[in-house]
Amino acid sequence: MQLVNYYFPRKFMTFVGGSASKNLPERVKIVEVGPRDGLQNEKTIVPAETKIHLIDMLSDSGLPVIEATSFVSPKWVPQMADQVEVMKGISRKPGVSYPVLTPNLKGFQAAVKAGATEVAIFGAASELFSKKNINCSVDESLQRFEEVMKAAKEANVPVRGYVSCVLGCPYEGKVAPGKVAHVAKRLYSMGCYEISLGDTIGVGTPGGMTEMLEAVSREVPVSALAVHCHDTYGQALANILIALQMGISVVDSSVAGLGGCPYAQGASGNVATEDVVYMMHGLGIHTGVDLSKLMDAGAFICRSLNRKTNSKVAQATCKL
Amino acid sequence: MGNIPTTVKHCLSYEQLIRDYPWLKRLLLEEKEIVPTGVKIQLIDMLSGTGLPVIEATSFVSSKWVPQMADHTDVLKGIQRAPHVQYPVLTPNMHGFQDAVAAGATEVAVFGSASETFSRKNINCSIEESMLRFEEVISAAKEHQIPVRGYVSCALGCPHEGYIEPSKVAEVAKRLYEMGCYEVSLGDTIGVGTPGSMAKMLRSVMEDVPSSALAVHCHDTYGQALANILIALQMGVCVVDSAVAGLGGCPYAQGSSGNVSTEDVLYMLHGMGIETGVDLAKVIEVGDFICNALCRKTNSRVAQARGRTSGHALL
Repeated sequence: MQLVNYYFPRKFMTFVGGSASKNLPERVKIVEVGPRDGLQNEKTIVPAETKIHLIDMLSDSGLPVIEATSFVSPKWVPQMADQVEVMKGISRKPGVSYPVLTPNLKGFQAAVKAGATEVAIFGAASELFSKKNINCSVDESLQRFEEVMKAAKEANVPVRGYVSCVLGCPYEGKVAPGKVAHVAKRLYSMGCYEISLGDTIGVGTPGGMTEMLEAVSREVPVSALAVHCHDTYGQALANILIALQMGISVVDSSVAGLGGCPYAQGASGNVATEDVVYMMHGLGIHTGVDLSKLMDAGAFICRSLNRKTNSKVAQATCKL
Repeated sequence: MGNIPTTVKHCLSYEQLIRDYPWLKRLLLEEKEIVPTGVKIQLIDMLSGTGLPVIEATSFVSSKWVPQMADHTDVLKGIQRAPHVQYPVLTPNMHGFQDAVAAGATEVAVFGSASETFSRKNINCSIEESMLRFEEVISAAKEHQIPVRGYVSCALGCPHEGYIEPSKVAEVAKRLYEMGCYEVSLGDTIGVGTPGSMAKMLRSVMEDVPSSALAVHCHDTYGQALANILIALQMGVCVVDSAVAGLGGCPYAQGSSGNVSTEDVLYMLHGMGIETGVDLAKVIEVGDFICNALCRKTNSRVAQARGRTSGHALL
């Protein structure tokens, strides 16, 4: 069969010479969000001691950052009601960060009191998503976070910023890369040391990821960016790969792919840390993570939740 | 230099687990029930209506080894061939080739392996011996003016030998190409490859075979397929094998996924602005059809997501 229009979109030529490893970072920091983002979206409520054991196992696997819990009102997120107990119960490994979500000043204060030494705040790149989720506009949400930023600065607590809906919104559909860049820049200027760009509904492809990262990296240095890809449409690893080729060296993921997509019931959500680490190691990228210990942690939490893993690496490895 | 062409020829193979691999009948496979001929024909006809340019229809292997393909002649004679669509069939040897031609085949495929152990365990002969068999087939095919596609299995790893040297893959690919295969599909048979090993392997193969004559056949057993396909596209490959609904598990890891889903591949390609000529919505419908017929869930994440939302995907 004859090919026609053999034209090549240059924007995807992010490396030269047929090497997968040129232009790729030597090291990638994996931010493990399973205990918070993952469990938050699991229906089964897991006792504090299970969460603590999970976090301890994850610490042991070499992960450098583990999002431990969320200081939101238990009325909204019952899974995170044991936030203080979890925070106080984990064995903090030296060199590992345990950020927690703090949606407002009250949450921040409770977090610090419970021993938090890093926090995270969330903005959205979609106005509709912001309104439907937290009942205010994007700008209003960022103003609320300024209180948290101020308090965090005073307490010397680093703050990580998240931007959701960066590659699509369940309500608005397409999201303009410029809007993502605007929100990312705001968070960065406010003082967030790192901005994690989240494909909340997993609709993104390497096409959309490239455009979005080009726009954002014009406003925020690429060294301060992370990608948080959902695998709802199976695109996560390809999206992460293209992000790495564009200079990103921080990747969020969730052990066992915990946390479904709330907008597509039964569909997968977070990309599985095991699958990400497998790809990284195959690319010769250092993560510091021991994959087999990570899989042990995944197996543990899946048993506790009485569910199958979403990680293909874990599925394949168990059966060979 | 990396290249991603805007038009990608899509080669689809359904029920790819069913090959001329004798061990298949001994293993528990997801698709272990024999699918009626009528269903296979309907599947192929539906796929023909999606815009797919190549649909691997059946396999002329002995039904003793692959009972699922026993109806190869009925299938090939029963399908409605769409214009501009190819329907290659597997022909492991001269006997199979002759049966295929008698049944109306206009394109055939032969399978080599980059692993000696895999070759011996699967088809009970060395790589070299298999090449000699294929030479016969290719010679006969030339006389009939029938194009031949070559496959190289275990291109990124072998269930028996483990790591496979890229140079070995290149050697087998070159042999098939020089023998007369118009295209060589490089298969990550057990899905262990990553973009790292894919790039190394392709670099080696491309020293001897032009990228325009190469295809990648990625399994998603370790979730790496789309990333591997992406890197292959960047390196100039523009033919991708996949299976609707991700049909065909990995025989070496029971219950694990195998073939990458056509739906997920299309979603990625279209999202990158690459033309395939294929209607994704129609492929999803075909996937629904065959999964219902097989009483199984789809392996396609796109199909799973689309089936559970009002379709908020942007494509």
